[in-house]
Amino acid sequence: MLARIRNKVLNGRRLSADDALRLFESSDIFSIGSLAAYANGKKNGKKAFFVRNRHINPTNICINRCKFCAFSRSPGQEGAYELTVDEIIAKLRPYCGGKGRLPGITEAHIVGGLHPEWDFGRYLGIISAIRRHFPGLHIKAFTAVEIDHFSRISGLGLEGTLKALKKAGLGTMPGGGAEIFASGVRAELCPEKISGARWIEVMEAAHGVGIRTNATMLYGHIESHEDRVDHLMRLREMQDRTGGFQAFIPLAYHPKNTRIQGGYTSGIDDLRTIAVSRLVLDNFDHIKAYWIMLGEKISQLSLCFGADDIDGTIIEEKITRSAGGLTAGHLTADQLAHLIRKAGKTPVERDSFYRKVRVYG
Amino acid sequence: MADRGKKGRRIAKKEAVAMLRKADLLELGQAADDLRSRLHPEGIVTFVVDRNINYTNVCINRCAFCAFWRREDASDAYILEEAELFRKIDETIALGGTQILIQGGLHPRLGIDYYVRLLSSIKGRYDINIHGFSPPEICYIADTSDITIRETLAILKNAGLDSVPGGGAEILSDRVREIVSPRKIRSSRWLRVMEEAHGLGMRTTATMMFGSIETPEDIVEHLDAVRELQDSTGGFTAFIPWSFQPGNTELGKGGRGSGTGGRTKKAGPRPPGPESPYGATAVEYLRVLALSRIYLDNIQNVQASWVTQGLKLAQVALRFGANDFGSTMIEENVVASTGVSYRVSMEDIINSIRAAGFAPCQRDTVYRIIRRY
Repeated sequence: MLARIRNKVLNGRRLSADDALRLFESSDIFSIGSLAAYANGKKNGKKAFFVRNRHINPTNICINRCKFCAFSRSPGQEGAYELTVDEIIAKLRPYCGGKGRLPGITEAHIVGGLHPEWDFGRYLGIISAIRRHFPGLHIKAFTAVEIDHFSRISGLGLEGTLKALKKAGLGTMPGGGAEIFASGVRAELCPEKISGARWIEVMEAAHGVGIRTNATMLYGHIESHEDRVDHLMRLREMQDRTGGFQAFIPLAYHPKNTRIQGGYTSGIDDLRTIAVSRLVLDNFDHIKAYWIMLGEKISQLSLCFGADDIDGTIIEEKITRSAGGLTAGHLTADQLAHLIRKAGKTPVERDSFYRKVRVYG
Repeated sequence: MADRGKKGRRIAKKEAVAMLRKADLLELGQAADDLRSRLHPEGIVTFVVDRNINYTNVCINRCAFCAFWRREDASDAYILEEAELFRKIDETIALGGTQILIQGGLHPRLGIDYYVRLLSSIKGRYDINIHGFSPPEICYIADTSDITIRETLAILKNAGLDSVPGGGAEILSDRVREIVSPRKIRSSRWLRVMEEAHGLGMRTTATMMFGSIETPEDIVEHLDAVRELQDSTGGFTAFIPWSFQPGNTELGKGGRGSGTGGRTKKAGPRPPGPESPYGATAVEYLRVLALSRIYLDNIQNVQASWVTQGLKLAQVALRFGANDFGSTMIEENVVASTGVSYRVSMEDIINSIRAAGFAPCQRDTVYRIIRRY
């Protein structure tokens, strides 16, 4: 039944939405996995990537109260917090050659809530302070949802906002906030959040000003397979137009402390989703199996199902943790390299543009 | 490879080693999955509702891979009180349990009388299957009471022991045992206990703990010993491979099984540590699991180990040769003492099996279906 799809993949032809749906509904994970591994091999050879990064979430106070989110708080609510610029710098300093020096990082990953009282200057100030203190550190910051919010509170419009951030030191953007584009699902899950169309508009603007980004998909909640396919198709179309996406990252929904019924995704669904993503998104160079969300075990296995990246050292993770994440907060570069090596791949530490920093033997 | 499986030709040792070393993970998985679906075409995955009861943590073996053992004078050394034991069994039955797994350390002050009393006190009160005492315990009881293994098993069976768990097999290679568990019984004695138990009509499981310092040859040696014994007795109900969990163990810290250091004395100079201080990764676990399904053509059931691998990888394991989810583990102490704790409810287990595409069924000790969900 997958013979026609196999032929297309082997001949380098693009899969249709129907093909994608058929793959999501197939239980033949071995055929799908090995086809995806083949497609990945053509793009990345035996290399599998990781990055030395640290996550920072400046605040969990957010005007959007998405039902699937266990991280966000309202102002004054128990557990609400906001970091000062000094606190953010202090979190990064030990990893950037400062006092009490720890193994270094090359990238800061910064995402947080839409704080009702912070002005754009506050967000901009975070970026410029990091740039000033650690000029060599790559700053990957702010999802499309945050950028949209900034564009409204700054009055600068999308392009003006993005240019101001870029000038302050923002290097690339993560791919969060995409969730599932389909409007029915979105209305149910996250009614306050920007629409799928707006997410795409923000990303196009980012790519337009020369900021490369990732793209994500939150799956395993209330969406159908058709919704997943729709999501992938929209990303593929946009990538055809801009070429600005670096990696696609399917994010497995976590059920704890959220307002959506349901359980964890199955390990089998996780692997299949990675593989289908690799097969459908033929114009994305990288598929990331984000270990914080998949767990290090499924993340490692994903490298045999079409993924070529397992993210990084992370150091401190709050968002998945809040929703019942089961992994440790961080892995060392050696541990990441070990997982990659034991999957039969060559561990390559990368920078934020997938350029080689170091190959681990 | 898949063809070989389909034709049902037995895999030779040399082939198995080559598969473990070189075969593509997905090809290995596909072959194991084909075999699993031939042996279990109904699309069901079973589990047993039981509880692990550890009557003591005092153990003279002090294996380097274990974080559970204590010396007799340790402040947290214990022997379970009878009242506590009964409370645990009451809870198990209340939760629909059909079996208790009773295992413990090799305690120098417990003779066969203790075990007979333990078994008969349980059987006097409860109608529950007692799956108990792995081969190292059986041998220790025999040795300290100066009777044969067969006599020991017969006495225990008479007192109420129903079946024997396959623990303590670790890797059935004396080269490896010499390093990781020098005081534990040798491979031949483990096999001997199982042979005698099968001879007395008791069913047992077989386990394998890998991911420490063994080679692919050692793993295949282990599988081969189990397959050979099964050819002659047919007494094994299931094979259960799990991976070494390095947390809080001497081996995980880079030491080996001298056992003289433990966690109280300062460690002296030690031989070099195991190749991988991280234990087996998911890919290695699935390779071994799949190979086990392929190699052990005479054992009906292969268990996924969610206790050591987590539910997500256990789900994947159901497509790499496993057809059973093991126990719900109302209580588990030994793996938990390494810091690995995937505590789950029976509902989690049922949902996990279903989400993996199988029909969950509760079974008894000998794999008869009790309840479908």
